[in-house]
Amino acid sequence: MGKMSVNLCGITLDNPVIPASGTFGYGYEFADLYDINLLGTFSFKGTTAQPRFGNPTPRIAECSSGMLNAVGLQNPGVEKVIFEEIPKLKQCFHKKVMANVSGFSVDEYAYTCEKLDKCDEIGWLEINISCPNVHGGGMSFGTDPAAAAQVTAAVKKVTSKPVIMKLSPNVTDITAIAKACEAEGADGISLINTLLGMRIDLKTRRPVLANTTGGLSGEAVFPVALRMVYQVAGAVKVPVIGMGGVSSAEDVIEMMLAGATAVEVGAANLVNPYACRDIIAALPGVMDKYAITDLKSLTGGRTDG
Amino acid sequence: MKQGIFTVISNDRLTDNVMKMTLSGDTSAVTAPGTFINILIDGLYLRRPISVFDCEGDRVTVIYKIVGRGTEKMSLMPEGTALDILTGLGNGYDTSVSGSSPLLIGGGVGIPPLYFLAKKLIAENKKVSVILGFNTADEIFCPDDFEALGCDVKVTTVDGSRGIKGFVTAAMNTDYSYFYTCGPEPMLKAVYSASVTDGQFSFEERMGCGFGACMGCSCKTVTGFKRICKDGPVLLKEEILWEK
Repeated sequence: MGKMSVNLCGITLDNPVIPASGTFGYGYEFADLYDINLLGTFSFKGTTAQPRFGNPTPRIAECSSGMLNAVGLQNPGVEKVIFEEIPKLKQCFHKKVMANVSGFSVDEYAYTCEKLDKCDEIGWLEINISCPNVHGGGMSFGTDPAAAAQVTAAVKKVTSKPVIMKLSPNVTDITAIAKACEAEGADGISLINTLLGMRIDLKTRRPVLANTTGGLSGEAVFPVALRMVYQVAGAVKVPVIGMGGVSSAEDVIEMMLAGATAVEVGAANLVNPYACRDIIAALPGVMDKYAITDLKSLTGGRTDG
Repeated sequence: MKQGIFTVISNDRLTDNVMKMTLSGDTSAVTAPGTFINILIDGLYLRRPISVFDCEGDRVTVIYKIVGRGTEKMSLMPEGTALDILTGLGNGYDTSVSGSSPLLIGGGVGIPPLYFLAKKLIAENKKVSVILGFNTADEIFCPDDFEALGCDVKVTTVDGSRGIKGFVTAAMNTDYSYFYTCGPEPMLKAVYSASVTDGQFSFEERMGCGFGACMGCSCKTVTGFKRICKDGPVLLKEEILWEK
């Protein structure tokens, strides 16, 4: 194992850098730009049982050091993902990929996961119980410990792959949700999904987003994400994937010090399509600068107080 | 798509709020007319997608309207400013289906991509007619550029202060082999209804990435969901669904 490698739920990653779901498509858009096999892995676009168009446009707004999106889980549905998207990504990505799954009922989560469980290309199932942009699903499962536990239990029943529950920051106590997932057998926790926000256009006096509200991401959210990763990593024993505003090798190291085993990079990919490649390239130099010889030893390796 | 650092060569005012910026850098990815570039602006998070007005050698030129914080910052950029730009984005117009006498219809800041298109069509020995629509005479820009290429140019203004009074459709006849258009959506809809041949429409939408990753600018078409930034911005007449 190299000095940048980490172990995520029993699978070794060459490095801890993972493009986050919804910012990397199904990989092949980026494979035209660089060899995506240099990534730890990536989490593909949130997949639901049925195809979805998502929300009306405008779906994108901007703010200082960040952006809001209200895409609303546009995806071709699990059948097409298995028979069209995964075969395509297999051509350009030779590592295990992370499947991101969303749903509108406990049964739907289980249905989609059972289908994806049969794909050898998939290493982990990342269960999105935190999408703020859909109604009657998504985040409603991630804001109540009992509902989060139900989804976890249902998914664990249908798959032998590691199950990583992706949590919403839009809660009072995120550790309660994380613990509820862990108690039902979650193999890992990833956080944070986007923070609920909105913008209003001064000329039209209407919300910029057609959906009125959207999820805030980008550098603006990094301190909030870091705090929540720190809290959750202290509350559970399973590995934690930290994300939220990560845009540099330094941010990756900071997330790991807060308790993350691996780190997802989201909005940064949309501004700089080479963001993950550049972060991975910068990691060895930053490790040297801070006398870090082995990245995985960093996880939770901060000095408190 | 290519990422590169470009230098501002010139940044001139064409009208009260429309500017023309020429940049120098690696333009090798700028091929088809109707494609766009995505400019990173210091202090703003998302890039600004702007269609290509012209590209020649190592120079690429854009014409933009000052509408918000991004274009306002752009309007203040002095010569020599270095900019991180993604080039060669979007599908662009297909000139191979134009026939011998295509018609180009542009409204306001929808006009710029039609210049690069006209240049290519003229180079392919086609007889190009152009209709340029504006609200008022003082908003007019670029008709001379199209005339210099050898296009037959008609200008319309909504208030009749110059050229033909009315919308672009007031200047449309039926004497063309194919058409290409770009402009505000109400204009596109009117052109769609008035047109008598197949054609290509360039659309605008708020974008996240500009290169197909985020699904921020999706639209529904006859042939399925399309991303304006990657599968567009140019859509064929027969695939358009007007639903908003």
